[in-house]
Amino acid sequence: MATGVSSVAAQLRPGFGGPAAFEVAKIRADFPILTERVHGQPLVYLDSANTSQKPEAVLKAMDDYYRHANANIHRATHLLSERATALYEGARAKAAVFLNAPDPRTIVLTKGTTDGINLVAQSYGRATLKPGDEILLTWLEHHSNIVPWQLLAGQTGAVIKVVPINEAGELELDQFAALLSPRTKILAVGHVSNALGTINPIKAMIGQAHAAGAVVLVDGAQAAPHLAIDVQALDCDFYVLSSHKMFGPTGTGVLYGRAALLDAMPPYQGGGDMIASVTFEQTLYNQVPYKFEAGTPNIAGVVGFGAAIDYLAGIDREAALAHEDAVLEYATAQVRQIPGARIIGEARHKTGVLSFVLDGVHPHDAGTILDQQGVAVRTGQHCAQPVMDRFCIPATIRASLGIYNTREDVDALVRGLHKVRELFV
Amino acid sequence: MSELTDLYQEVILDHNRRPHNFRVIEGATKQEGYNPLCGDRLTLYVAMDGGVITDVAFQGSGCAISKASASLMTDAIKGKTADEARALFDQFHAMITSDHAGPAADLGKLSVLAGVREFPTRIKCASLAWHTMKAAVASETDAPVSTE
Repeated sequence: MATGVSSVAAQLRPGFGGPAAFEVAKIRADFPILTERVHGQPLVYLDSANTSQKPEAVLKAMDDYYRHANANIHRATHLLSERATALYEGARAKAAVFLNAPDPRTIVLTKGTTDGINLVAQSYGRATLKPGDEILLTWLEHHSNIVPWQLLAGQTGAVIKVVPINEAGELELDQFAALLSPRTKILAVGHVSNALGTINPIKAMIGQAHAAGAVVLVDGAQAAPHLAIDVQALDCDFYVLSSHKMFGPTGTGVLYGRAALLDAMPPYQGGGDMIASVTFEQTLYNQVPYKFEAGTPNIAGVVGFGAAIDYLAGIDREAALAHEDAVLEYATAQVRQIPGARIIGEARHKTGVLSFVLDGVHPHDAGTILDQQGVAVRTGQHCAQPVMDRFCIPATIRASLGIYNTREDVDALVRGLHKVRELFV
Repeated sequence: MSELTDLYQEVILDHNRRPHNFRVIEGATKQEGYNPLCGDRLTLYVAMDGGVITDVAFQGSGCAISKASASLMTDAIKGKTADEARALFDQFHAMITSDHAGPAADLGKLSVLAGVREFPTRIKCASLAWHTMKAAVASETDAPVSTE
């Protein structure tokens, strides 16, 4: 049952004939929802950090799976189960290539980033932490990279320490170095901040944490849709991400783990497929990664995730990032010109996110007025209450970008913000 | 855009800019209300005497809908009994969640918030102060109320 993973990987290297040049009009044509109208207006989708939209190729892969391959994986001898298993394991192999993981065995398919972090906290963390050990987080973390560690601290007697941020929304790296000690057992850090868009210098941080003897988990949910990720070059111990932020479906994602750590970790959940044999006296667990995949998974979601990875492999990602950076720079300049606008998070290295507040207008009201004009943004705390508290604001308006966004989208946002001001100021 | 002007009527914008009863009442029952979705946070102060709400005020930060709703609520429930205030909440809640636009019970000035029913994501904003009031008159507890 747990065989053939590596051989599937060899067939699934992406980039047939190399990626095509980046043309945003062509990219937009790949995403059917972008022609949708909302409240009678053309949709301007600026909420991709919340969840990205899905290209036709992903929708078709999931539809095709249900029409032509639907069966349970790893279990049956019939043809449909073979097809389903090949698609599912194929997606795992694609994820390994996407992250430059050394082996598909190091790729655990999860429900998403939150699930991956909880898995590491409850399996690795619970088995290793002792009272007084320290878990180091940062002030930029999403609630999903805070709460699982608080639960773990409550269970083990470990203590949580937090790396502060400066006014620009960047980590205070001297404070980070000062907080590292032999007591630091786990560093859990986001690659890119969801609330502010800050790109953290994780490679250097991983090196410093390793030197202190800590294991490092990187929350890559916001990095995956924008940046190239190489877990071997980063030398991280765990890297987690979600399919739905990177143009795949919701409800699935990946945990990459260093093989020796995964092998030594106890199971996270019990159930079918994660076992080798079960009697009432003794159960033998399956090998990794299956040990961590109890129950029938979100097979169609994983198939769609595989298609999303293929989609990204088929575009020039460096050119896509250059395009996104140019749109972000344009948006930052445009919003800065609006009277009363204040940008929250002005890190030197940012990607994909423009968070801001408008004097005299609560973000939630701005969100409703923008929505009526077809502009979808997120308003609120972005599951990052400590970041809001740090800047002494209740919430922000967050415009976040995907590869399909344009300067015209930014212009629509700015027109909308002027309407907000007309009504409120 | 007409739904938008129904939602953000001038009365609501006025209450947002200059909320009524926006102050602390020393020695009154104090109740925190919180809407984690948008970060709205308010503290409601309720002074009661013999089952009657003799004074009510609030402080906090929130969107225009939650602030105007809190402001209008404090005007509406002052002088009412706890039971009357709760009954008014039931009518108010029916008004802002009703599927059909037909006139509900006449709620006087509170009717300016009827436009909220066209904006399902904003119902929690309009009801936060009321949920907080219900908890304040029900008990002396300081446990925060959440709309989640």
